[in-house]
Amino acid sequence: MDMRPDPLVMMTSSVQDQAPKPVKVAAKNVNVYYGAKQALKDVSVDIPVKAVTAFIGPSGCGKSTFLRCINRMNDTVASCRVEGLIQIDGKDIYDPALDPVQLRARVGMVFQKPNPFPKSIYDNVAYGPRIHGLSRSKAELDEIVEHSLRKASLWEEVKDRLKDSGTGLSGGQQQRLCIARTIAINPEIILMDEPCSALDPIATARIEELMAELRSNFTIIIVTHSMQQAARVSQRTAFFHLGILVEKGETSQIFTNPTDKRTQDYITGRFG
Amino acid sequence: MAGWYALLILALLTAGYVISSARARSIAGGNYAEMHSLPAYHGLYTAALAMLPALICFLIGSQLASYFATQTAIAALPGDVQNDVLKQGAALREAFNIAAGGPINSSSAEIQSAAAGYASVLSAGQWITLAIGTFTGLAGLSWGLSRVSMNFRARNGFEKLVHGLLWVCATIAVLTTIGIVFSVVGETYRFFFDPAITGKPTVFEFLFGTEWNPQAALRADQGEIQTAYGFLPLLTGTLLITTIAIAVAGPLGLFSAIYLAEYASPRFRAIAKPILEILAGIPTVVLGFFAALTVAPFIRGWGETFGLNVASESALAAGVVMGMMIIPFISSLSDDVINAVPQSLRDGAYAMGATKSETIRQVILPAALPGIVSAFMLAISRAIGETMIVVMAAGLAANLTFNPLEAVTTITVQIKTILVGDQEFDSAKTLAAFALGFVLFFVTLVLNYIALKVVQKYREQYD
Amino acid sequence: MTDITSGEFPSSIRRVEFDSAESKARLRGRYKSEARFKAYGIVALVITTSFLLALLTSIVSRGVPGFFQNYLVTEVLVDAAKIDPQGKGTPEALRAGDYSAVARAALADAIPGINERQLKKELNGLLSSGAGDDLREMVLANPSLLGQRIRTPLLLADQADIFLKETESAVRVFADTRGSATPSATTGDITILVSGNDFADDVALIKAELVNSAVALEKNIALRAGRGASAESLADLKAQAAELRQRAAGTASETLDSKTASRLVAINGGVVKVKEMTPTSVRGDVIVPLTTTAEAAPGTWQIRVYDRPEADRNMNDRAATFLEQLKSKGLIESKFNWAFFTRGDSREAELAGIQGALVGSILTLLVTIGLCLPIGVLAAIYLEEFAPKNRFTELIEININNLAAVPSIVFGLLGLAVFLNFFGLPRSAPLVGGLVLALLVLPTIIIASRAALKSVPPSIREAALGVGASHQQAVFHHVLPLAMPGIMTGTIIGMAHALGETAPLLMIGMIAFIVDVPTSLTQAATVLPVQIFLWSDLPEPAFKMKTAAAILVLLAVLFLMNGISIWLRKKFERRW
Ligand SMILES: Nc1ncnc2c1ncn2[C@@H]1O[C@H](COP(=O)(O)OP(=O)(O)OP(=O)(O)O)[C@@H](O)[C@H]1O
Ligand SMILES: [Mg+2]
Repeated sequence: MDMRPDPLVMMTSSVQDQAPKPVKVAAKNVNVYYGAKQALKDVSVDIPVKAVTAFIGPSGCGKSTFLRCINRMNDTVASCRVEGLIQIDGKDIYDPALDPVQLRARVGMVFQKPNPFPKSIYDNVAYGPRIHGLSRSKAELDEIVEHSLRKASLWEEVKDRLKDSGTGLSGGQQQRLCIARTIAINPEIILMDEPCSALDPIATARIEELMAELRSNFTIIIVTHSMQQAARVSQRTAFFHLGILVEKGETSQIFTNPTDKRTQDYITGRFG
Repeated sequence: MAGWYALLILALLTAGYVISSARARSIAGGNYAEMHSLPAYHGLYTAALAMLPALICFLIGSQLASYFATQTAIAALPGDVQNDVLKQGAALREAFNIAAGGPINSSSAEIQSAAAGYASVLSAGQWITLAIGTFTGLAGLSWGLSRVSMNFRARNGFEKLVHGLLWVCATIAVLTTIGIVFSVVGETYRFFFDPAITGKPTVFEFLFGTEWNPQAALRADQGEIQTAYGFLPLLTGTLLITTIAIAVAGPLGLFSAIYLAEYASPRFRAIAKPILEILAGIPTVVLGFFAALTVAPFIRGWGETFGLNVASESALAAGVVMGMMIIPFISSLSDDVINAVPQSLRDGAYAMGATKSETIRQVILPAALPGIVSAFMLAISRAIGETMIVVMAAGLAANLTFNPLEAVTTITVQIKTILVGDQEFDSAKTLAAFALGFVLFFVTLVLNYIALKVVQKYREQYD
Repeated sequence: MTDITSGEFPSSIRRVEFDSAESKARLRGRYKSEARFKAYGIVALVITTSFLLALLTSIVSRGVPGFFQNYLVTEVLVDAAKIDPQGKGTPEALRAGDYSAVARAALADAIPGINERQLKKELNGLLSSGAGDDLREMVLANPSLLGQRIRTPLLLADQADIFLKETESAVRVFADTRGSATPSATTGDITILVSGNDFADDVALIKAELVNSAVALEKNIALRAGRGASAESLADLKAQAAELRQRAAGTASETLDSKTASRLVAINGGVVKVKEMTPTSVRGDVIVPLTTTAEAAPGTWQIRVYDRPEADRNMNDRAATFLEQLKSKGLIESKFNWAFFTRGDSREAELAGIQGALVGSILTLLVTIGLCLPIGVLAAIYLEEFAPKNRFTELIEININNLAAVPSIVFGLLGLAVFLNFFGLPRSAPLVGGLVLALLVLPTIIIASRAALKSVPPSIREAALGVGASHQQAVFHHVLPLAMPGIMTGTIIGMAHALGETAPLLMIGMIAFIVDVPTSLTQAATVLPVQIFLWSDLPEPAFKMKTAAAILVLLAVLFLMNGISIWLRKKFERRW
């Protein structure tokens, strides 16, 4: 437990590095439908570069749905329809000329349940670089794998058994493996959908540390049900409710001084 | 006779039910709530108690009667016939025929007396059985009646009997296996080790012999035709046809399954799946006809245009059609295992920027591999055991070859060839068929058992 | 995109780029392989579907003609002298009459003037040996027909029937003859002289055919030589080729043999089979006698050609000519072959029917369903509801799963060793067939029934137990009725499987040739798939046709059964 950073310290620190950052992801009037059912209503939000943005909100309010819009994972759901504009670095990602496969190489994603491929640890991490042709030699690939595992602070635990199956790791290790797998393709943005919900507090703390570290290289968006976690790791927070983006802003401001009644009710635990 | 017996059992059932439930009603005097079991259960219980002993008597008695009757008939036959198994069998068949009311003409006096003895002992035995059955049935009935009372737990008793019946039904599967093992293993043992059987091979000769010819010379002028029981040509023939079948069905079935599971729209699936099901429902005798009449000439003609000499009963024709038979088998099992791969793995791969085919090839198929392997094993066991297609489209010639354009024979073809038609039960030839059956049973059992275990493990992994 | 490199990230870790040519090429490659992979799936489905289509078209095209039968419909004199020479008039006497002779007489009336013995035999061969059977039934039903003339269909023999159905044996007729033709006689071996050179084209054609065969033969020789065939094995073929070439080059009259297309001349009401031809004359044997030797004007005589050589046909030119003659007189009629469904097996293809096999199949399936439905359902109830979790239960379950994959022929061995040899039950009987098939489909039914029982939610059971029902009452009163549609679906599928099963029934001797329709469970019988197997083995083309027709019946029944099971599933499908 002692590894856990003091939320207050984190918060104040995030208040301090307040220099206005350029926008990485910009969403304007996004509507999402599953068949006839509308899951997101008119969501507009700007996400700053190289910072952690947290999405919070009660279950079923559309956080995951919005997250999956950013790397077009919703394309794989036949009934799903996305309207509105989502830009990364000013480019429309729903532009028909843009290829979702390449987009996803730039926007990595970590899921709620660890989902390592039924392959060796090495092959799990090397998978992305291989399919995208990011390495020119075996040595280079080895370097990427080692580096990614180090970044995911998993290297020390697995360096002697890289050939073992990824599914044989513990839940926390698996999740870090998935993070290593994601950063091996060096994406610009990493989406994390409740990455710690299947993990115990120690594993959670390690992942949170990891996020703080990764923030210097990547733009991170995290969905979480834990207010404390959002407060600890994020600089900005967006609150969703019933498919509507109710409030967004600096994390410190959302948690200490929310403007909307619903936000206040939620973070004080009155519903949700 | 069986008619009388059916009548008896029916009477016992009705009497047991009617009398006993009436008695229960009169004992209760309308106060059914006080009574432990409803009158109907008293009736059912007594009916069962009356029927069971009579039924058991019938099953045992009719067997005993026919046994003693046969012994009497054998005793009436002349000595040389008694000692020769084949002649005895023929004479007995004739006698049974006469006893059953067949024509007597041209039968010898001994056979006629054997028939008469058989008939009289049989009918005496059956009457005795009927008498004992009636007696024990009535005893069961009265015992059941005596137990009717306010507190008697007739329902529990009846349910115990039902439970027993359920158990017996479930055990039939085990009995079937025992029956199979008893018939194939027993005869196989005799094939190798019974000293009374002449011309049999040793186990070594059987397993490693390269010549198969169970047909000995029938007439002197046919010259010396030695019987030979070398199993290898049958094994290679079976493997050759199975390999062709899997080579056809493996890719077709697997790719069909992948397409249907991962690419096809629901509407397309709704059309394509029934097509595969139709293929699965076509009897193999129909496929055999198609193989022999359409595919084999087609392959022959096609070979001729390339200047190849294709046998009219080539392994290729049989193998291709057998492959056709197992396509739906492989595709539906593969479809199941592919669908069982959790969506989260697909999501993981897509989120890495993998295309659909990369996801399938590098993530889904490796994850589904155990299931697919066992689907293939089950398909192989199907192909090995398939009879009609090879009987109709593959040959009888036991060629030791791996050339798919030549004619080969298979285990099942030889079993069918040996056992269809006239057979003496105690010759090495007939027993050889059972030895082949044993091999078939054993191989398919092992393949199947392993496949089921693999699938089970695989299911547990993703449950 | 610009690389946002940080100090921590080694520069060697690249980032996916959008705009570089390399990355674009790579992506194109990946999408190509994607398209290829998807195409594999479509190709696999297309091949599988075309397999099925090839199978169905092959069988339908062979089988549909089998449902029709050609008859000679003509005036028949129901001759009392042939049927009841002693004039007894008793049913026995009427039954014993020679109705075939009556039929033959009717045929002779239809084509008069055929007296030569060989020709007479060919003519009579057109009629089935059972041609008089229907006539016999008619006379037995109505003895007053004796001595009358009636118009009735007479069954044709299988070869005649097949010949009429096959399109490739059709005759080509050339009626616009250019010259006038003069026959030398009306019967026997005659010569016909023609004033125009009507046969020039034909002779040229024959020569061209000879050249073609020679070329094909030479190709074959070259091919074999290339594959190392010995010189002496080729010498024979070489000689043949040389002879063909020589004949093609010569100008002598061309001899027609049974390996070339047949040519006939129809002139003055008769027909002549050509043996030799020059451009202006032919020599040949008369089949149907000519009426006169007068000169026939151009256009009044015909040349008829059978492209299929006589050697490749089951009907020779003479029989074919008779048949053509009957057809041109309008005496041949094709009717739906009801007898196919009302007759037992026969050695004569045109008399063979599937009634015996159908009844055998029904009897066998009755035994099967009577055994395996109760046993299967009760076993499933035990395993799903009452079985304790122990070793023995596990053994039963493993057994059921494994039995489902045991080859069917092994069940046949079981039937042979246990039911026939141990218990001494009769061979070839539907009783034994049904027993074996019951054991064969029992696992299917148990597995389906268990699935059906399992799909009934536990809440139903609990509700029944809650009102004080015993466990058995809960199962038999509530769970089983709800599971019944599922059980029926599984049972129908199992029965469809049993209906199509052949191999185990061969083992227990249901392969005998049985003419009579079975009437009891212990009588020798055969079943539909075995009948199909037996017929498919016979060399006569008519039996091949019957085989395909019987297959169509079998498939129709199977589709019907599967249709019912799908309908049941749809109708009673319940989402809990
Ligand atoms: N594949 C789908 N098909 C149909 N509806 C869907 C699908 N996925 C999500 N939904 C619906 O969209 C709405 C938003 O779902 P979403 O998964 O985004 O919620 P969430 O905020 O992530 O909830 P949680 O916190 O429980 O993960 C829900 O009402 C859900 O039922
Ligand atoms: Mg979610």
